[in-house]
Amino acid sequence: MRWGVVTFPGSNDDRDTRSALARLFDDEVVSLWHKDRDLGGSDCVVLPGGFSYGDYLRAGAIARLSPIMDAVGTHARAGGTVLGICNGFQVLCEAGLLPGALVMNRGLRFVCRDVTLRVESLASAATASCASGDRLRVPIKHGEGCYVTSDEALARLEADAQVIFRYVDAAGEAGAEANPNGSAHNVAGVRSERGNVVGMMPHPEHAVDPLLGSTDGRRVFESIRAWVGRSGA
Amino acid sequence: MSELVARVFVTPKTGILDPQGKAVQQSLQTLGFAEVRDVRVGRFIVLRVEAATAAMAEERVRAMCDRLLANGLIEDFQVQVDADGH
Amino acid sequence: MSTPGHPPMTAALAAEQGLTAEEFARIVERLGRAPTFEELAIFGVMWSEHCSYKSSRAFLRGLPTEGPCVLQGPGENAGAVDIGDGLAAVFKIESHNHPSFVEPFQGAATGVGGILRDVFTMGARPVAILNSLRFGRPEAPRMSHLVRGVVAGIAHYGNCIGVATVGGDVYFDAGYDGNILVNAFALGIAPRDRIFRASAAGVGNPVMYVGARTGRDGIHGASLLASAALDESDADKRPAVQVGDPFCEKLLLEACLELMRADHIVGIQDMGAAGLTSSSLEMAGRGGAGMLLDLDRVPMRETGMTPYDLLLSESQERMLLVARAGSEEAVRAVYARWDLECVVIGHVTDDGVFRARWHGDEVCSVPVRALTDEAPVYHRPAAAPSDLEARQRLDLGGVPDVADATAALGRLLESPNLCSRAWVYEQYDQLVGAGTVLRPGGDAAVIRIDGTRRGLALSVDCNSRYTRLDPYLGALLAVVEGARNCVAVGATPLAVSDCLNYGNPERPHVMWEFQEGIRGIRDACVALGTPIVSGNVSFYNETEERNIPPTPTIAMVGLLEDVERHLQPSFLDAGDVVLLLGQTRAELGGSEYLAVLHGLESGSPPWIDLGDERRLHRVVLRAAAEDLLRSAHDVADGGLAVAIAESCFGRGLGVRIEIEGGVRRDAALFGESQSRMLVSARRGRVKRLRELCDAERVPCAVLGEVGGDRLVVTGHVDASVEELRARWRSAFGRLIDA
Repeated sequence: MRWGVVTFPGSNDDRDTRSALARLFDDEVVSLWHKDRDLGGSDCVVLPGGFSYGDYLRAGAIARLSPIMDAVGTHARAGGTVLGICNGFQVLCEAGLLPGALVMNRGLRFVCRDVTLRVESLASAATASCASGDRLRVPIKHGEGCYVTSDEALARLEADAQVIFRYVDAAGEAGAEANPNGSAHNVAGVRSERGNVVGMMPHPEHAVDPLLGSTDGRRVFESIRAWVGRSGA
Repeated sequence: MSELVARVFVTPKTGILDPQGKAVQQSLQTLGFAEVRDVRVGRFIVLRVEAATAAMAEERVRAMCDRLLANGLIEDFQVQVDADGH
Repeated sequence: MSTPGHPPMTAALAAEQGLTAEEFARIVERLGRAPTFEELAIFGVMWSEHCSYKSSRAFLRGLPTEGPCVLQGPGENAGAVDIGDGLAAVFKIESHNHPSFVEPFQGAATGVGGILRDVFTMGARPVAILNSLRFGRPEAPRMSHLVRGVVAGIAHYGNCIGVATVGGDVYFDAGYDGNILVNAFALGIAPRDRIFRASAAGVGNPVMYVGARTGRDGIHGASLLASAALDESDADKRPAVQVGDPFCEKLLLEACLELMRADHIVGIQDMGAAGLTSSSLEMAGRGGAGMLLDLDRVPMRETGMTPYDLLLSESQERMLLVARAGSEEAVRAVYARWDLECVVIGHVTDDGVFRARWHGDEVCSVPVRALTDEAPVYHRPAAAPSDLEARQRLDLGGVPDVADATAALGRLLESPNLCSRAWVYEQYDQLVGAGTVLRPGGDAAVIRIDGTRRGLALSVDCNSRYTRLDPYLGALLAVVEGARNCVAVGATPLAVSDCLNYGNPERPHVMWEFQEGIRGIRDACVALGTPIVSGNVSFYNETEERNIPPTPTIAMVGLLEDVERHLQPSFLDAGDVVLLLGQTRAELGGSEYLAVLHGLESGSPPWIDLGDERRLHRVVLRAAAEDLLRSAHDVADGGLAVAIAESCFGRGLGVRIEIEGGVRRDAALFGESQSRMLVSARRGRVKRLRELCDAERVPCAVLGEVGGDRLVVTGHVDASVEELRARWRSAFGRLIDA
């Protein structure tokens, strides 16, 4: 399969995402520029972490107007796979490709540390080869990772199992202690209705190398490969 | 056509968590301003636009808010257009 | 020649530009006439302490700057050392002290921005940032605001631009109540034969300006803010603080590195302190060339800007480059791809004169050398302070030994200088770049060198209490500490960048401290084989006649041949044997224990034998190469008990330790004797470790074993690891967020 990693002005984890994919798989990994108008034949497009446009106005608000986002939207609506990590998640929410929004962390500070995620739903590209209740140890590093949406929308998300990752503690409980940024219901990642578009605040690309720490991030990328393989495109 | 000034006030919707607002309120209270009941911290944007009338400018700026300047899911906005250019 | 509309230049006007009457007279003599207003301004910045190093230059020559690994020593924007595999590590540390005291967020942020530019202007992609921070007492006025602002500012800039902040240090000392220190370090990697230098050469080559537009930010930031002591009116200096835009710098960084893959650039330098003036003059100076600039071509952010404004502005995120004639379009095209402006503003000449024109009229014409090489060099008077002897007096007989060592350990672990710094570093992106092997919290950070098996160890150190008690020994120990921290993670110390923060050089005791510091650094660097390849001097850290303690911050870079063989400080498994390498003496001078528990800051810093230290390094590095060690941790501030606690905290494992008698209890547990390393090893490896120690005559004592969940030093300490850890972890927040 082919992965396309987008670089917006200000993207920082694009290089790390590409090198993580190169470390894990023999797949082709292409670099996509924000001004490109097509996805270069990518099966999965990744919007990486960073500070696109300096997080000006709102994180992701300006990046989502980039020319490449038209192609991403078309790809998504046709059932293509899209993964948004951190800033990428923010871009997808601003673009309306995922529900909800990300606002400033409740603690008002940037937080960089490892968290534990619980897999909530398997019906998504990012969790397709996980088991329900699986725990993943992955780092977060963000200042605007607090997931918010209206009460009704939140209830619907939960009812439809659109939450794919939740912050939990060592014992697996999704309480306040485990919540690093104030996200509603400890939501760390969500999927679109069809599951082909996924967004997550934690960084799986920074959890693939045993020398650097956890390798649980692999599960996310392996799930995407399985998903793409299953759906044939 | 003339150049008009539009002022846009973007604030977090009530019901959406505003931790900045809370922190500011607490700080004010610590400083002795106990009368502060609530604080919302938002964004203030000033635009100089070319338009035939203030009403038309306002309509266009509202469209700008819908498309970019405010995120309707979590923010409310108000637009004021000054007719006299400053 | 004089600028229309300006009065004739006088000594009084010169004083406003930071020049003494004597300096003004020298300028008039050198030019053979009175300077123009603009010329006076550029003399003001170029002859300022910050730019000319006039009070320090004579003494810096005493530092060792050469060695087999050195590719670039002091004199360029950063230093460079060979790290193998055809690569170079490019690095420097620099201060941004006064701006951070005035506006902590932007001061610290632009400090980070500036040091990053110094690194990528050499063609190196920055991969790591460290920051050395010195604050006053936490309870001092404004101090928690300053701490929060500085940390947030560093985070804002470093995180946004996407360079990992992997380490640093934070110290609190009353001596910084009126003058905090922010020293920012950055390191990048470049191909060793593709290091770009900041030299203007080639007559007719275009001088090009790239990056953000020029506004009025920071005018006189170098000459007034960085070269003068602060007083009560420093609020008026607020307009002089620059505001940084890390997003713009990210674009600039990517564009410059892209451009540097081709061959269009002859020389490139970032515009930092004193902006366009210093960058153009320094480039011309290095190239032995002259330069002509048309100031009206400089991209401007404000209306009504004058030549003075344009010459002195310290607007951020701008670079100056000299391109090969004919390459202008190619250069412009690369920057345009990143939506950055790039404009030709002048060209290189061969007459050694710096000329600036404003709409065709010449406003400056000064020989480059007058502004660079011929800047004053001062040998200011130096004299030891009268109270030095009194300070160094310590009668341990009058200090009662610790009664409750468990309680003492708890207090020390919660004290401002020993508690966990997680509050600070969790605000930093430590991970971007996918190269951070050892995150903040250990003795040194370890990063992987992409594409190789090697790694780099990075550490910043300076114990201000030691330097205040003995400026020579304290400085020497700062270098030793940096080297030992590298060794503690399995790296061979390679080279140093130094940031020498001192008070007002017009005071003899400060000049004496400075010279003693240089001596100490030199002796340590020579003994340890670590040359100084870059650095910075920050004088005038004095507020209302109070000077900071001497603070020669040492950034040490070490090399690991195989980064997978790095060491880390936490005990890993129950049953591992805990050993102490090195010797513990009955000394407490300048220790945290003495300060925190007895309110005393006296005595002499700990004894150091550089031969013993080198032997310890050899043992630890050998042991690492033979994979003998499970953990290694430098024993430093707080002493052995604190080091043991820190090694327990990583995995929450306890220990049972026995210490020998012979030394009073508090010195045994909390004394800061040098040349010691706390290690753990599997039982089966202890014999081999002993052999290595014996061969190098390094004392080796088995202390005990890892196990359980309590930290027990038989007869002295018995505490729950979890409880101690919780107190240690939360203390910083309790101090600052209260």
